[in-house]
Amino acid sequence: MANRMIVPFGPQHPVLPEPIHLDLVLEDDKVVDAIPSLGFVHRGLEKLGEKKDFFEMTYVAERICGICSFIHGLGYCQAIEAVMNIEVPARARYLRTFWSELSRVHSHLLWLGLMADAAGFESLFMHSWRVREKIVNLIDETAGGRVIFGSCKIGGTRRDIEPETLKRIARDLDEIETSIREITAIFEDDYSLKHRLEGVGVVSKEDAHKLGAVGPVLRASGISQDTRSLGYAAYGELEWEPVVETAGDCQARSVVRAREIYQSLNLMRQCIQKMPDGPVDVKVTGLPNGEYFSRLEQPRGEVVYYVKANGSKFLDRFRVRTPTFANIAPLLHMLKGCEFADVALIVLTIDPCISCAER
Amino acid sequence: MPIRKISRTILKSLFGEPATLMYPARARVYPTSSRGRVAIEIAACIFCGLCRRKCPTAAILVNKEKKTWEIDRLKCITCNACVEACPKKCLAMRNKYAAAQTARQNEKFQAPEAKPGAGG
Repeated sequence: MANRMIVPFGPQHPVLPEPIHLDLVLEDDKVVDAIPSLGFVHRGLEKLGEKKDFFEMTYVAERICGICSFIHGLGYCQAIEAVMNIEVPARARYLRTFWSELSRVHSHLLWLGLMADAAGFESLFMHSWRVREKIVNLIDETAGGRVIFGSCKIGGTRRDIEPETLKRIARDLDEIETSIREITAIFEDDYSLKHRLEGVGVVSKEDAHKLGAVGPVLRASGISQDTRSLGYAAYGELEWEPVVETAGDCQARSVVRAREIYQSLNLMRQCIQKMPDGPVDVKVTGLPNGEYFSRLEQPRGEVVYYVKANGSKFLDRFRVRTPTFANIAPLLHMLKGCEFADVALIVLTIDPCISCAER
Repeated sequence: MPIRKISRTILKSLFGEPATLMYPARARVYPTSSRGRVAIEIAACIFCGLCRRKCPTAAILVNKEKKTWEIDRLKCITCNACVEACPKKCLAMRNKYAAAQTARQNEKFQAPEAKPGAGG
């Protein structure tokens, strides 16, 4: 008879970047069940939609999360634009795509670093973050902030990027890609990392679909689903394919993220090449009246923005379904049957952003 | 060959430049478009209060009678909304961050006395 006990995991734990609490039911060293509890960093940002006017909510939406701030702002702006029937200029759409991909590269490099650290590979963590710093500097230079972009607004973008700067960035991206190649090669081929990650936290194609996994977790299980293929912003005019792996384990999820970095770099180059001239914003007049669901692909997966406006400057309802929230159910499925020592790694591979999930 | 790969990285790390900035011996150069802090050219200000109305965090206080303009740096999120709204373009976003504070207090700017003969 196995010895059964419950071990509390988190909300404060060295491997967790943000607070989630799991009650792990163990039988000897095997996890048989995991019971999550959330709510440690709830800030009530959705309720703010009733107090802040709909222009100011853009700032709130951007601050839901630090890592995917731009795409949060973009999701909110797209929802309001759809409600108000605003046509965004082509250059703004390309700029939005460019910044979205910049934030994806920054997020994935951050995650690869955390993954290396959790697997005990400290120097790889530092190398990942060294390269990430270059990306963050590009964000600072083009958008004005290292973490909060603040460059998206209802009706377009608040900033433009000079054509010379774009050309220089294209050259910088080539350099950055060379240094990223060294790092991702280790994630794909290194023996010790493979030994630690392969076959751990497997979620099958059917289960991933059934449990509603999104983003890299879903694509690592062999389902080619990426919200960018809806063609929002300028994605419909660019050439790309979702990155898919089939194994569904921790290694596959790392590899999907590593390959998505190249895809993002490629998308950014395409944006720079195809960037049309013209204005970056249109004047917004009137008040929103109606409701809309806006879906976008964040570094962590699909995010859904729901906005209901009543014709006044305050919203009736503002709701965000973040990718981490959708990935908690697949996470609990992965945890069942794993070794206790692998729990930290598995939790990390969904790229948990708890402040996103709790808003 | 893993040993060849790792030797390259080791040699680069040993003899290359450090990835971090040797602060404060070398000062950080901020990009010109970085959003650091809001600055005001108080002599040009007409105290219309548009910046106060546009501020999402209510960090700005404008007093038309006393001709003062105040900002709470701890509330300010440097979103640039006030700079975009300013009709006289006397507000600007500087790229260097505001200095740290030990207490919550507004930074106050007082308009200079109107010169005799100057209009407005």
